[in-house]
Amino acid sequence: MALLQIAEPGQSPEPHARRAGIGIDLGTTNSLVAVVRDGGAETLPDTEGRHLLPSAVRYLENGDVVVGHDALEAAGDDPFNTLTSVKRLMGRGIQDVRRLGEQMPWEFVSHESGMPYIRTVAGDRSPVEVSAEILRVLAARAAAATSDPIAGAVITVPAYFDDAQRQATKDAARLAGLKVLRLINEPTAAAVAYGLDKAAEGVIAVYDLGGGTFDISILRLSKGVFEVLATGGDTALGGDDFDHAIAEWMIAEMGCDDDLSPANQRRLLRAAREAKTGLTDADSVPLRVEVAGKALDTELSRETFESLVSKMVEQTVRACRRALRDAGLTVGEVGEVVMVGGSTRVPCVRQAAGNFFGREPLVDIDPDRVVAIGAAVQADVLAGNRRDDELLLLDVIPLSLGIETMGGLVEKIIPRNSTIPATRAQEFTTYQDGQTAMAIHVLQGERELVSECRSLARFELRGIPPMTAGAAKIRVTFQVDADGLLGVSARELSSGVESSIQVKPSYGLTEEAILTMLRDSFEHAEEDAELRALREQQVEADRLAQTLQAALEADGERLLDSDELEALRAGLARLQEVRAGSDRDAIRREVEQLGRATEGFAQRRMDDSIRRALSGHRVDEFAER
Amino acid sequence: MQNNPNHFEIFSLPEAFPVDVEELTRVYRELQRELHPDRFAGAGDHEQRLSVQYAAQVNEAYRTLRSPVRRARYLLELKGRSPDAESSQLDPCFLMRQMELREDLGAVRDADDPQAALDALRDEVRKELRDIERVIAGQFRDGSEEALDKASRLVQEMQFLVKLDEEAERLEAEIFD
Repeated sequence: MALLQIAEPGQSPEPHARRAGIGIDLGTTNSLVAVVRDGGAETLPDTEGRHLLPSAVRYLENGDVVVGHDALEAAGDDPFNTLTSVKRLMGRGIQDVRRLGEQMPWEFVSHESGMPYIRTVAGDRSPVEVSAEILRVLAARAAAATSDPIAGAVITVPAYFDDAQRQATKDAARLAGLKVLRLINEPTAAAVAYGLDKAAEGVIAVYDLGGGTFDISILRLSKGVFEVLATGGDTALGGDDFDHAIAEWMIAEMGCDDDLSPANQRRLLRAAREAKTGLTDADSVPLRVEVAGKALDTELSRETFESLVSKMVEQTVRACRRALRDAGLTVGEVGEVVMVGGSTRVPCVRQAAGNFFGREPLVDIDPDRVVAIGAAVQADVLAGNRRDDELLLLDVIPLSLGIETMGGLVEKIIPRNSTIPATRAQEFTTYQDGQTAMAIHVLQGERELVSECRSLARFELRGIPPMTAGAAKIRVTFQVDADGLLGVSARELSSGVESSIQVKPSYGLTEEAILTMLRDSFEHAEEDAELRALREQQVEADRLAQTLQAALEADGERLLDSDELEALRAGLARLQEVRAGSDRDAIRREVEQLGRATEGFAQRRMDDSIRRALSGHRVDEFAER
Repeated sequence: MQNNPNHFEIFSLPEAFPVDVEELTRVYRELQRELHPDRFAGAGDHEQRLSVQYAAQVNEAYRTLRSPVRRARYLLELKGRSPDAESSQLDPCFLMRQMELREDLGAVRDADDPQAALDALRDEVRKELRDIERVIAGQFRDGSEEALDKASRLVQEMQFLVKLDEEAERLEAEIFD
């Protein structure tokens, strides 16, 4: 219930069982899970002590699914059924996949969701389902490591992910049966890990080069508030591209044509990756491979490697410059530079970032783990375990949101780098006499032309009363929530006709598709779907009961009259009674009913806390004078 | 929050042009500490929605009040004026000066030191913006219809300058990226 997290000074909240929040870094190449234990956040290893879970999923003919190291092992032998780097496909369309070209050896199938499905021996799979398999393994690892019930997960996404990519990530969590406490941006998570560690204040830049994505974020840290000032990057640039550059160089050296079989491509990429990793410490590494009857036995020097990737590294520096400018800051104002992502181990990358910002980048926290660690800290906060903590993240949207207007132009409604949550409305009108419907096309991007922005969704406002052109007033409202996800509603002001959508369609799964997948996964799961649904409902009831109880104790007598107080207490007792039983629908009904009954109380508490925040500020002023 | 408080009311500030931005930022953070959806992650749907709405309102108010030109525009709107619709006559001297500045911007590419030329131009634009801020503060203090007419014109001038500064920024990106 409302404001549970706001502890009154000198009054500790109702003690209750700790609930674990887990932090997940769902990466292009590797994924990790972390939790807070004994006050510190740590990543969790598998039974063999390995923390990184390769983001690889292999589908077998008998329907079994293999995730991680074992899947990756088989990639060379079973390339078509072993899926890697699917993060690059999340929220993407078939034409985006074509642009990635031969980097992706699988057979893609068009699908009505707009997202390409991948043909495997076990059937066609969407990137969302593949990601869900990875999330399932990580969630199970966390569940085994903690005895507390799991409240949910914070999952990180590249800061530069657009709405469709974020939604796809959230859908994957839902398929995996994981409650998403929040999607947070990877660089912001890294900043949390470093910021808390060093009790830093001032401006920090987070340079995050992962397997498939690059992000740069500029943040201001002040007394536990992490305010993102600007963010930028490229969702299709990462260490994988370095591997491909080396592989192409190898192909040219060998003189074989680039029409290689998927298995051979894998072999080359593997050799390329090993060479890249070797060059972190060595000036030169041996390269020996045999593909398609041709052999390569040579050395790759660091110098050659750096010339192969210099253009890409330069691209990241340009993004840094742009982000700094968006933040309205100069290089001299940046206090610290934090390196995140495995690809920042490449010496020339570290050097380029260091040169641009004019200082030695921080690498104290393992760049592979820092994002998961920050996510776990935030998950712990959101699960309600750190009430006295002052940690607050104020993040931004990475790309402007707008709608299509006459002439194929985009009218921006929420500009990029706006702090979220954000709500903004704009009025439009009809352009034909008697026009009764209006199509609304939602776009994301910085360019002026519709064709150069990303289409998020289309919807239609119908039932506008016929009027002369220009007389109707249509207010379109964009709301971006704290996960960075957009909802759009439109209303004709004179008639009150309303139309709203949760933006999803252009490249996403429909609600129906997700439900089908959920049902399918239940069929395969040993767990009884009914039982699971009941448990979810009970958790929901407990959550409401717990928060309402705490709220009543803190503010009930102060903000409610005796009738209201009595009604809520009675509702609470009823809820606890049905909760003890096993009637799922009854519990759901009671949760809904009590939830509605508390709305007025919630509003009063929120207003009260605003008053308190503002009056606190006046008291401070007096104290200073 | 009362129904639809205006941006000044959200921060308990008088409806006036001068705003201590540092203090505004401090109160902004205090408010977000109480209202941000992260504070309601374990709460019911209704509270979560309420929190998103409130936090978004606070963000919008902060964004508006923090920027002098947005703040001035907003103040005029509160006084029933819409600077965009009122196409008041701009001062010929100001327009002349704008043309000069635009010519300077056009010449940046061919300058011996484009970065220095651009920096000088942007410094000049910002200085003129600050000058207008001082004058407009006086007009708002006065508050007469005549003074508000003048303020309305000044807001348009500020928007000209802000736009010029944005173009300079775009040019900078083009030249140096």
